[in-house]
Amino acid sequence: MYSALRNQFQRWLFQLRGPQTGVIVLVQRRIFILPTRHGLMFAAMLMLMLTGSINYSLSLGFILTFLLAAMGVNTIIYTFRNLANLRIAGGRARPVFAGDTAHFIVHLENIGDTPRYAVNLTHDKREWETVDIPTRTTVSTAAGVPARRRGLLRPGRLTLFTRYPLGLVYAWAYLELDLHCVVYPRPASPGLPLPAPETSAGAGSERGTGQEDFSGMRQYHVGDSPRHIAWKLAARDQGLLTKQFSGRAEAELWLDWLLLPAAMGTEEKLSHLARWVIDAHETGLSFGLRLPGKTVEMANGDAQRERGLEALALFEPAVAKE
Amino acid sequence: MIDPRQPLALHHVLWLLLSLALITAPHASRLPWWIVALVVTLGAWRAYIAYGRHALPNRWLLFLIVIVATIGIYLNYRTIFGRDAGVALLVVMLGLKLLEMRSLRDAMLLIFLGYFLVITNFLYSQTILTGLYMLACVWIITAAMMSLHYGRDEPPFGRQLRVGGVLLAQSIPLMLVLFLLFPRVSGPLWGLPQDAYSGVSGLSDTMTPGSLSNLSLSDAVAFRVRFDSDIPPPKQRYWRGPVMWDFDGQTWFAARFIYGSPSFTKTGNPITYDVTLEPHNKRWLFALDLPARAVPQSATGADFQIRSFSPVNNRMRYEMASFLDYSYGTDENSMALHRALQLPAGFNPRAVQLARTLRQKFPDDRMLVREVLAMFRKQNFFYTLYPPLLGQHSVDEFLFNSRRGFCEHYASAFAVLMRAAGIPSRIVTGYLGGEVNELGDYLIVRQADAHAWTEVWFADVGWLRVDPTAAVSPLRVEAGISAAIPRSDPLPMLVRGDFKVLRQLRFTWDLMANTWNQWVLGYTPERQRQLLIGMGIDDATWYTLTVVMVALAGLIVVILAAFILRRLKARAHDPVRKAYFQFCDKLQRKGLPRAADEGPVDYARRLERARPDLALPVGGITQLYVMLRYGAETSNSALNELRHQVKQFSA
Repeated sequence: MYSALRNQFQRWLFQLRGPQTGVIVLVQRRIFILPTRHGLMFAAMLMLMLTGSINYSLSLGFILTFLLAAMGVNTIIYTFRNLANLRIAGGRARPVFAGDTAHFIVHLENIGDTPRYAVNLTHDKREWETVDIPTRTTVSTAAGVPARRRGLLRPGRLTLFTRYPLGLVYAWAYLELDLHCVVYPRPASPGLPLPAPETSAGAGSERGTGQEDFSGMRQYHVGDSPRHIAWKLAARDQGLLTKQFSGRAEAELWLDWLLLPAAMGTEEKLSHLARWVIDAHETGLSFGLRLPGKTVEMANGDAQRERGLEALALFEPAVAKE
Repeated sequence: MIDPRQPLALHHVLWLLLSLALITAPHASRLPWWIVALVVTLGAWRAYIAYGRHALPNRWLLFLIVIVATIGIYLNYRTIFGRDAGVALLVVMLGLKLLEMRSLRDAMLLIFLGYFLVITNFLYSQTILTGLYMLACVWIITAAMMSLHYGRDEPPFGRQLRVGGVLLAQSIPLMLVLFLLFPRVSGPLWGLPQDAYSGVSGLSDTMTPGSLSNLSLSDAVAFRVRFDSDIPPPKQRYWRGPVMWDFDGQTWFAARFIYGSPSFTKTGNPITYDVTLEPHNKRWLFALDLPARAVPQSATGADFQIRSFSPVNNRMRYEMASFLDYSYGTDENSMALHRALQLPAGFNPRAVQLARTLRQKFPDDRMLVREVLAMFRKQNFFYTLYPPLLGQHSVDEFLFNSRRGFCEHYASAFAVLMRAAGIPSRIVTGYLGGEVNELGDYLIVRQADAHAWTEVWFADVGWLRVDPTAAVSPLRVEAGISAAIPRSDPLPMLVRGDFKVLRQLRFTWDLMANTWNQWVLGYTPERQRQLLIGMGIDDATWYTLTVVMVALAGLIVVILAAFILRRLKARAHDPVRKAYFQFCDKLQRKGLPRAADEGPVDYARRLERARPDLALPVGGITQLYVMLRYGAETSNSALNELRHQVKQFSA
């Protein structure tokens, strides 16, 4: 009851409306300010100085106390300013394995003529990333969120906060950006040996490219296997080129859900499949992935690795039952 | 932001050390040498640790130093409370805390301690110089505090100083409102430690040979006076202070209690003036002979000695009126007259004998007084700041042997002779003279002007001022102490005042100090009330004060916020875009906003469809804009044409 009320109150106070797409502008209503512990200590010290000044009738003591008090008030404005009117947009997050930390990229744009210093982005308020945002620039930072389980990870509420300039007050804004990160299943270790490749009758379809005979170079494309990059040429500053091979494709490697012992749980199976995908990619093999209700076609390279792992990450057990 | 747990960078430590050193430096002269040495060592040690990235010392070692230092302070001051010992303790703690400073959290604590140490300096001095120096210290330490809260690209300290200076400067308006309007209470709130006001000098309630001549060595200001009319001539500037009634053979004592009420017969018009009295930790208030106005929170007795209800611990300002021609005390009561004749038995037998002889020779009181003054004048009496020390029969030794004395010797000897001859007499201490500051047109009275004279009572005229010093050294009365004292006697430089340029400088400085005193240091609850009356608030209560203060403070914060937050939005620097945006704003107000993905030409086309009546101006403006922004057109005339058309445009 109490926590429900509190949630309701927070929802109202902090204007929590669920993830927002597009750019968030930090208007006044979105920024909250409270004194830090140091701020409270500062206030206590001012009280002490005020009492001392009254007791000893120290005119300069009064002046100092009031000057510092006024500075304390000013620093509220300054701290507010450090966040005010920032434009915030979510970026993409690179996929991670379960158990690692997902880093959600957030772009902070300062459109004004006031540089912002020491702006921090955090998810759990224990760890944070600090950035400075000079005038009229966009700076990217990232919030680390532990990815505990495979699937699509949404960071939920991120906090952008600052204590600049004096550390006496703490200004923050809650960001509910529409962000997500694909979390791959944690690969099993050690994994089972790779299954034996199937010799496919339809190998003719693979005639154009293969793994065996070197046939030339072409410009590097994202997703090409690093094994096929001509590193020697790259070292000679000739740019990234990918070696191409021709000839018959190697026997097809199918990483099949059904190859795994039926006694294994769903997650365990996914974990082993993830290990296979990685191993197959590392050895430079072409591979396909068969899951109940989903098949990833035969291919090789980094892009194929990502396709495979993503299929595993987003695998719905409900589909398996059908 | 630096992680609060992260160790501090070298430059942070060094800046902090520097600012704390600057703040503590003025205490150095007041602290025992070993504390200064200890704290300097601790500071240097911390700098060495920061420089070489060494480990901080063991906590137990620091704890041991705390114990030893506390014992040391106790042995030195015989207490660990009170002002001096408290400051000593605070300074030692500061030094030790430096060696515990690991992270931002500790650094913040030290900065707060630094601010607090600034205020302890004001316990000892609140001059303009101290104020300016401490302002500089606050500036630096604030910048140091700011430097702790930068992120990765921390600007150089010079720039941080500038930002800190701006922050402090922007705090001044609010500070002024708080200073002027914060409801003031007169301190102290609780008992002050005994040493709170030590070191302030002034007239005491007793007088022994030597007490005034000691005071005369101080060029400290006793009070300043601003006259509403002309400043009276030097020989009329007798500033009445404690009146001494009782003599024990060595020492004269002021009356402990006030008796009777002031009554006098005036002649002539009063002169009015106001006095700004420096704190002297006694109750005396000073006024020209003869004071004729009551001062709030004080009482005046029949001997016209004004006593404040509480010791004057703050600079205090009061208005006063005096009659320079007067007579009073013809109806003096017999108890008082009896008291004014008492002499201790067994002291100064020769003086008593002399008085009796004179009495036989001169039955008339006035003749007798004249005779004694003539004796001082004709016989070989000297006026000097450095009289020889006197023994038990001080008056005898002075009258018959040494014959060298300062005003208290003459006053004392004269009063004893009068009393022995049966003429009621008493001693009045106070100040004589004062120096006119032509720049500010006010009078400065210094401790060096301290003086003692006597009053004798005649049945027909009452109490009459007789200044025996005047008989010996008329110059003292006419021209002040520096003229009366032999050249060989050292006097404080400010009192002597020989050089003209120096004198001018000194007057300028004193004028500034006086203004400072009046408006900064002398800003009392009384002044606050006057200020509010000036603002049209006659009955200022705490409530009204608070309301006015909060309202003004709120106003200032709003203005300041508007100023500080002024540059957050993107500004169109390009005049072409600025004009075009104005055009778009006008249309937006009419419900025809430009879509985010819409170029100017598309927008114009849509507008022409929606509002065919606007087709002409919209087309013109868009064409101009496109030409100026994307085309080769750069002329000012085209820009002006665009501006003009936008201005004329109305949807």
